[in-house]
Amino acid sequence: MTAVVVRGLAKRFGDVEAVRGVDLEVGAGEVFALLGPNGAGKTTTVEILEGHLARSAGEVSVLGFDPETAGRGFRARIGIVLQSTTVEKELTVLEAIEVYGSMYPRRRPAGELVELVGLVEKAKARIKTLSGGQRRRLELALGIVGDPDLLFLDEPTTGFDPSARRQAWGVIGNLTALGKTVLLTTHYMDEAQHLADRVAVIDRGRIVAEGAPDELGGRARAETRITFRLAPGSPPPPSTATDTSGRHMIVTGDVTRSLHELTAWAIGNGIELLDLAVERPSLEDVYLELIGEPAHEV
Amino acid sequence: MRFEGARQDVGLVWGQIRYQNTIFWRTPIAAFFTIVFPLMFLVIFTLVFGNERIDELGITLGQYYAPAMAVFGAVSATYTNITIQTAIVRDEGILKRVRGTPLPAWIYVAGRIASAAYVAAIAAAVMLAVGVAAYGVKIFAVAAPALGVTFLVGVMCFSALGLLVAALTPSSDAAPAIANATLLPLAFISGIFFVSGPSEPALLRAVAGAFPLRPFGLAFRDGFDPIEVAARGGWGGQFHWVELAIMAAWLVAGASLAARFFTWEPRRGDRRPRPRRQAREEV
Repeated sequence: MTAVVVRGLAKRFGDVEAVRGVDLEVGAGEVFALLGPNGAGKTTTVEILEGHLARSAGEVSVLGFDPETAGRGFRARIGIVLQSTTVEKELTVLEAIEVYGSMYPRRRPAGELVELVGLVEKAKARIKTLSGGQRRRLELALGIVGDPDLLFLDEPTTGFDPSARRQAWGVIGNLTALGKTVLLTTHYMDEAQHLADRVAVIDRGRIVAEGAPDELGGRARAETRITFRLAPGSPPPPSTATDTSGRHMIVTGDVTRSLHELTAWAIGNGIELLDLAVERPSLEDVYLELIGEPAHEV
Repeated sequence: MRFEGARQDVGLVWGQIRYQNTIFWRTPIAAFFTIVFPLMFLVIFTLVFGNERIDELGITLGQYYAPAMAVFGAVSATYTNITIQTAIVRDEGILKRVRGTPLPAWIYVAGRIASAAYVAAIAAAVMLAVGVAAYGVKIFAVAAPALGVTFLVGVMCFSALGLLVAALTPSSDAAPAIANATLLPLAFISGIFFVSGPSEPALLRAVAGAFPLRPFGLAFRDGFDPIEVAARGGWGGQFHWVELAIMAAWLVAGASLAARFFTWEPRRGDRRPRPRRQAREEV
């Protein structure tokens, strides 16, 4: 079963081509992250799938509906957490859940929702007294109040401090444990890695890579780097490259052998390997390479 | 099945009215301007000028201003509040969130209008009750059907205009200023704050008469004017058809233009480029 199928999606705002030929497939029960820098076309893509925006070209099927023409029946089966919204601040948490819940034919119990998003103590508090993180968690609750088959999360933790992000991730983890299909956008690599089964990297309106977080951009097959420094005056070992800061680097597909050879050479010559490190390229490195930003210096 | 759906929709409308009302009564500033403000005018006018007979009209000041302030309260409850609140919920992204739920747009709009109409009725009832209790305002049963229809058409008309002005408002910051800058000058020339009588300049009367506030105020006040009520005879004669027609015309024009320009999309805090043309296409 496929929840979302997108073929050749394009969206133009005047002269600006925000989305230029996106293909996507999201399976039922999958947590799918659309990862990209600001202005890459993430929100535009998601808003087309939600039915908030009309597309310029392409085919879109969400839960078997065309969101552009779909009506109540479609919106009863999706949940949306928009990027920058607020909830009526004069209402209490429970009232907001009641008001939005009443809009759906099927709904999750309010008590369960406040527990799921960690707002039990705030259930009777006015929304205006909630912190930013608490409000965002309430919005997550409102996103699933109608017990949706598919949940859209547009940058669910942007602007959060690290602890609020951890909490929100916990909540989103709870949601995904319910077996919902989730399509989230983010510009945080760690968020995609933490939450998603599959990631598509979008840049300048195009998908530039797609796969499991561990395999993205050929990351699983990528060669490992062994890096170290030497004390001044030491002769470098054979077959190493040196970067501008004087760090030596061995790029290898066979870490055990290379490391063995390197340490044997060092011990044999009585040379100390300073700051010895073995690393696979991080998702961040892959991501920055994909979107054409200069990667961090080694 | 269809009946079941219709019954559910009625329940949804009812739920929306209750929820809009809850928010209204928890927003003290809105409740103040809608109910206390016109009441203050009523009290101040009668304090300053005394509840004397207005020579030009042959009725007491209270008999004039109680219905005039009832109309002003009703217009504040609909036009002013709908303009400001709709612009705010739009820019806060609340409209957009509602748009993403299965709630039909018409139910949301109907809930907002019905809630405003309910508040308008309360405001009017408060003015009239204070008028009767404090200033000896007389009520004429024969005028009640016409007054009810006038009130309903007036409230619908100013609700539609509120939705239209909200739709044309570039940002919610500007909404209160725009609502007041359009309503207050009109109130001054429409016999709401100043007594409108035979000595009123004809040009002023003609200009104000083309807008819906003067017809609303005139038709409503006349139902409390003993001389006018007596002259018009039975309950059927109490209807002000010309004034009702002017308000109905504004209602139809306001509602259709509002439907044309209404957007669910915030106009602020939205970081992506989105030409207004695009936003309109989404209606």
